[in-house]
Amino acid sequence: MGPLRIVSAGDSALLVELPARVDPATSAQAIALSRRIEDRFQGTLRDLVVGYCSITVYFDPLVQDAAALATEIRELAGGMVECPVVDGRLVHVDVCYDREYGPDLSEVAEYAGGSTEDVVALHTGITYRVYMLGFLPGFAYMASVHPRLALPRRATPRPRVPAGSVAIAAGQTGIYPSAAPGGWHLIGRTHLAPYDPSRAFPFLFRPGDQVAFHAIDRAAFDRAVP
Amino acid sequence: MACMRVIRPGLLTTVQDIGRWGHQSSGVPVAGPMDLYSHRLANRLAGNRDEEAALEVTIIGPDLRAVGDVLCAVTGAEFAVEVNGKSADTRKSFEVPDGATLRVGACVAGARAALAVRGGFDVPATLGSRATSVVSRMGPFGGRALVSGDELPVGTAVEADCQAGQRLPLPTGGARLRVLMGPHDTRFHDDVVGRLLESRFVITPESNRMGYRLAGPILRSSGAAEVLSDATPFGSLQVTGSGQPILLMADRQTTGGYPRIATVISADLPVAAQLAPGNWIEFVACAQDEAIAALRLQEANLGAVAR
Repeated sequence: MGPLRIVSAGDSALLVELPARVDPATSAQAIALSRRIEDRFQGTLRDLVVGYCSITVYFDPLVQDAAALATEIRELAGGMVECPVVDGRLVHVDVCYDREYGPDLSEVAEYAGGSTEDVVALHTGITYRVYMLGFLPGFAYMASVHPRLALPRRATPRPRVPAGSVAIAAGQTGIYPSAAPGGWHLIGRTHLAPYDPSRAFPFLFRPGDQVAFHAIDRAAFDRAVP
Repeated sequence: MACMRVIRPGLLTTVQDIGRWGHQSSGVPVAGPMDLYSHRLANRLAGNRDEEAALEVTIIGPDLRAVGDVLCAVTGAEFAVEVNGKSADTRKSFEVPDGATLRVGACVAGARAALAVRGGFDVPATLGSRATSVVSRMGPFGGRALVSGDELPVGTAVEADCQAGQRLPLPTGGARLRVLMGPHDTRFHDDVVGRLLESRFVITPESNRMGYRLAGPILRSSGAAEVLSDATPFGSLQVTGSGQPILLMADRQTTGGYPRIATVISADLPVAAQLAPGNWIEFVACAQDEAIAALRLQEANLGAVAR
């Protein structure tokens, strides 16, 4: 695999960096290497966090030596000759793209130079990749949205974005798992819960998953109240 | 089963254990105590394992009424602690008899104390942890701070002796915190790194369990103001687009997109946790070896017996 940069992120974490870019190949390498690290160290690490093009390895510095750990990670990476992009599960998400649920639809349409119907067509027209999770429990960063929808974050974040909001910002899209402050543009709402503690596996998304959004009308959405 | 009833919650009192580890890849913050050292020491004073849930008390402590006899330990910041109006000796654990009121009053030195009870607080666990993440609203009581009327069940004690250990030396007015440079220090000019290590910063009022916003010289990075999001360890010193540094603390989110110029060493995080708005911070660069030696020394001070 490509060149790695391994640096300390404090005395109990190592940051393993791949080339800084958002593409499925780099993401697939990060995911594959993180699985190798997980298999090699079998629960002796505190945590492993996959980023767009990085892996952060949390360890107990009184038990594990940072330099030795870095050497082992390099060896694991060196053994990865080829790393095909293996897609995760395909998750279908029904979304009601309604002005009430998507209060930023008009603004996004204006940016895109089209109608709100065009925004819906552009957003549902791509199958996205989950690159990483962060921000809130279960929040998945999905990319890349159509360039016409790639507007930056809102200048002023909202103090409260409702749970289930489907949003876009800076070329990414995502679903708010719970009500929270947020600076992304809201274009719709889903009943699907990215985090549900009552499920056997509470988190809906994992890095590498594919996500397809489908438009449903308001009546269907309201009927489908879980 | 014994319990503690909250009569007055204090300024910000939350249930914490050693943190919700292992789910950061799903976006779940670790949370846990700001001062992990004092959390562990309070548990040891009460005869518990380090992992038991205790309360984190901030600046102004709570009034709690014991239902059943409860053995308590308070350590970390120095608070005026009373049982039924009589001053309690917090150098070791002390009994709060059935019906008595434990008052953790005003903070005398430091900022945060850990309050443990023998048996631990037996509140429901979420994803294997009883830590409260106020930001992601996860943990006991819906992930919020305690309010009047809350009841905290006390668990069954394991057969273990109450241990002694050294209290954390408390900072007064401010502290020098040792840092390892990086992971993104190469994105900053040498003179900006120099400014970080030669200046005094002050903790602003816009600071909380998530992070301390620091006032001081501007530390703008030389490249792009953002990095592709990656993980944000406890103690990371991230620099926002405006050049203001934020020291990420226990309730930080799992990932962030600002460059992080340096990271406070684990042994100095409990000291950082005892600082409050208005206090100063100076950062001192150190090496991994020194960080580990400091952590080993702290572990020895906590008590030789592994729990």
